[in-house]
Amino acid sequence: MRVILHVWRQDGPEASGGFERHELSAVEPDMSFLEMLDTLNEQLISNGHDPVTFDSDCREGICGACSCVINGRPHGPGHKSTTCQIRMRAFCDGDEIWIEPFRSGAFPVVKDLMVDRTAFDRIIEAGGYISTHSGPKPEPNASLVPHSIAEEAMDAAECIGCGACVAACPNAAAMLFTAAKVSHLGLLPQGQPERWKRARSMVEKMDEEGFGACTNFAECQDACPKGVSIRFIGRMNRDYMKAALCEPETRQGPLKAH
Amino acid sequence: MLELDASIPEGDIREKWRNHLEHVKLVGPRNRPKYDIVVVGTGLAGAAAASSLAAQGYRVHVMCFQDSSRRAHSIAAQGGINAPKNYRNDGDGVYRLFYDTQKGGDFRAREANVWRLAEVATGIIDQCAAQGVPFAREYGGQLANRSFGGVLVERTFYCRGQTGQQLMLGAYQALHQQVAAGNAVMYPRTELQDVVNIDGRCRGVVYRCLQTGEIRSIAADAVVLATGGYGNVFFQSTNAFNCNVTAAWRAHKRGAGFANPCYVQIHPTCIPVSGDFQCKLTLMSESLRNDGRVWVPKKPGDTRRPEQIPEDERYYYLEERYPSFGNLVPRDVAARNAKYVCDEGLGVDGKRQVYLDFADAIRDRGENVIGERYGNLFDMYEEITTDSPYKVPMRIFPAVHYCMGGLWVDYNLMTNIPGLYAIGEANFSDHGANRLGASSLMQCLADGYMILPQTINDSLHDIYMDKVTTDHPAFAAHEQSVRDHIAGLMARRGSRSPMAIHKELGEVMWHHCGMARTAEGLTEAMGKIDSLKHACEHDMVVPGRADTTNQALERAGRLGDFLDLAHLMCRDALERDESCGCHFREEHQTDDGEVVRNDEAFGNVAVWEWKGEGSPHEKTTEALSFDALPLMTRSYK
Ligand SMILES: Cc1cc2nc3c(=O)[nH]c(=O)nc-3n(C[C@H](O)[C@H](O)[C@H](O)COP(=O)(O)OP(=O)(O)OC[C@H]3O[C@@H](n4cnc5c(N)ncnc54)[C@H](O)[C@@H]3O)c2cc1C
Ligand code: SF4
Ligand code: FES
Repeated sequence: MRVILHVWRQDGPEASGGFERHELSAVEPDMSFLEMLDTLNEQLISNGHDPVTFDSDCREGICGACSCVINGRPHGPGHKSTTCQIRMRAFCDGDEIWIEPFRSGAFPVVKDLMVDRTAFDRIIEAGGYISTHSGPKPEPNASLVPHSIAEEAMDAAECIGCGACVAACPNAAAMLFTAAKVSHLGLLPQGQPERWKRARSMVEKMDEEGFGACTNFAECQDACPKGVSIRFIGRMNRDYMKAALCEPETRQGPLKAH
Repeated sequence: MLELDASIPEGDIREKWRNHLEHVKLVGPRNRPKYDIVVVGTGLAGAAAASSLAAQGYRVHVMCFQDSSRRAHSIAAQGGINAPKNYRNDGDGVYRLFYDTQKGGDFRAREANVWRLAEVATGIIDQCAAQGVPFAREYGGQLANRSFGGVLVERTFYCRGQTGQQLMLGAYQALHQQVAAGNAVMYPRTELQDVVNIDGRCRGVVYRCLQTGEIRSIAADAVVLATGGYGNVFFQSTNAFNCNVTAAWRAHKRGAGFANPCYVQIHPTCIPVSGDFQCKLTLMSESLRNDGRVWVPKKPGDTRRPEQIPEDERYYYLEERYPSFGNLVPRDVAARNAKYVCDEGLGVDGKRQVYLDFADAIRDRGENVIGERYGNLFDMYEEITTDSPYKVPMRIFPAVHYCMGGLWVDYNLMTNIPGLYAIGEANFSDHGANRLGASSLMQCLADGYMILPQTINDSLHDIYMDKVTTDHPAFAAHEQSVRDHIAGLMARRGSRSPMAIHKELGEVMWHHCGMARTAEGLTEAMGKIDSLKHACEHDMVVPGRADTTNQALERAGRLGDFLDLAHLMCRDALERDESCGCHFREEHQTDDGEVVRNDEAFGNVAVWEWKGEGSPHEKTTEALSFDALPLMTRSYK
């Protein structure tokens, strides 16, 4: 099959960008979307042009590196799939395909389709962990985790940190990503001691990084390749509120006299 | 000649690690912040090591080529991680895991290391659970287990089909906790280009910032390479697209011995190749062989649909040939047998593929149970092939998966260059000539959480306050040589892309250095690799500029190292004139196609030394001893 591509090209974070049109014949339906881009790049190189820069690594939907908006949709036409999992059979012969980077103020474009998502790492640094050192640890069966809680935590933990939720959100909010981690750790017994502090500091960090606020569009859930549910956002909001109102874990000390 | 001293502690195998821990030198907590350690790689091994060292108080510099440390290739591991917890009460224990690993590796691993691995494995599960890794649980809340190939016990812990992801996130979070605490500094989108040795000790690294093209250095007191495996030398493999050998190879060129490069594992259950545009093959977890039955039609060229082929016209070749292990034979055996039946013309639809059938399991256990176990794998398969494994058998074929070979290390996980360590898949590791399923994650985390953080102190203690800075002229010289190398690549004005040449290299390796090897084929391959090297120098083109993101340049740099490695792999495979584990030399097999080892001549580790561009490598061997588990012929019949 033959497709017409309009690919976003941008030299660097400060440069202005625009779409570039390419025609690609010899596209096979079994090709993945990224293999199609590889083929385009081979064609560009052999014609003496600069290939298109894009992120990818695992190419099987788990690392979260790939990040294209395809025809206006983060990760393209699939249901619960990443860009690298899209096959060309999702398109028809002669289709025009518009390819752009994930767009958000907090994700500056590095080059072409590649963006900088280190803001996500900084949200994790704000509290997305259970504080522990390496070394001897208690026997895990000593703290039982009911099957349903373990499964619920795993549903949240499936997030691959791709950023599609941000790209899909009209407010460029990072609620789904943050809620997934807050919920994963907050559901498990090991995560309880830091639960309230974690919710507060991760939400605050999210705001500080310039992500928008949630106004319940739920576009994030639709775009999420792992099907992370927006009910986790509700859960995080409850934890955040509770933490903000009563700071259950904070040691208050004696009341000051004045 | 390389001087190799494995530094294996004295004493009974059960006591060695404990004794060693009692005698290893320590660095006091107030002194640790004075040391700089570079950790290259943020996979399970690297992230675990970096977080542990940073938590001890060392100043740790961590790099990876991805945009975030969380995306390291370890994230893709599906099936699980082993630990001899004996939760199933099925007779498991440290000795069993040691036994299985030694036997599975066909007696080509270092006994003392394998024992230690088995010994520390249970602690890894405790560590990960404490970090919040959501391991699968039974209804009563206890940890669940599943079985994996090559063993008779159920000792594999898992998180759905995403065990690697969850272990990776645990390590990533621990690492970033240390970044937040200021003990570790992250360098994402950074590629190691060279290691710097000063006065016989590794003292730092030179790297390229992949976003700006800048070449810079870090001076350090120790450098840890946790850079993963080199399976992508075959171009098509189950490894992530960007996995490469560059870090290990550049260290090798600076003197680190490279051990057993020919040991490459070909995984039996992958989705068959569908076209030559493909650069990545998809693994279907080995855990599927717990419930799936492998078969081919008995009649060559049988074009009937699978459900139309009656039971007695199906050849369940693993069950028939290996009655006691059946579909759960180790990977090398399963892969080789798939090759045999396809060589005999029995491949499904005349192609190189076999069935992995769940019909019986679904009938016996119900679609729900099977769906719960493998649902995401089935979905993944359907997405790629459009067939639903709930309805028709999967089609599978072996693909390159894992490298047992790697940088030579001693018992402390230090290479032969003092101060330079290698952990995880990057070292020649504890898996001998074949790795058992679910044991790489175990080894990566054992190295990273348990072993290296103890053993590295030994060599750090010795250089207390003997600091080197990047002002040392060696850094400027190494940076210059990296810049020259990159300028050389940019100056190539041929017509072929790095990817096109890499693809051709992959074909050569798959045909001659893959599942079955011959002296003739390997010799031919070395000739072909030489001409590909020539093509790389004269016909290749590298587009764009070097002072910005340039993925073609990255690829070109890695290709050069792959070509050198490929040549050495063939040479190693040629000189290892026996069959063992995954290394199958057609000249050495029994009548029914099993491997024939030659322990007398090759009961050793082959360690290769770089002798300069254009000069052949030189081999040194480390003799292996087999005291705790005497040599035996591996049989899964
Ligand atoms: C599809 C698949 C499924 C698997 N499933 C299982 C399983 O179920 N159980 C199991 O035990 N094993 C499994 N394995 C094997 C296991 O996943 C790997 O062996 C293991 O994860 C390797 O981890 P690592 O830490 O050594 O390296 P990796 O995770 O490969 O990490 C390498 C790191 O090094 C960095 N790096 C590399 N080169 C450079 C450089 N030059 N400069 C800077 N950084 C660099 C990378 O950025 C990355 O961070 C599987 C493997 C595959 C491919
Ligand atoms: S919540 Fe979903 S869309 Fe958002 S980063 Fe995680 S996986 Fe991607
Ligand atoms: S490349 Fe890893 S998720 Fe797409």
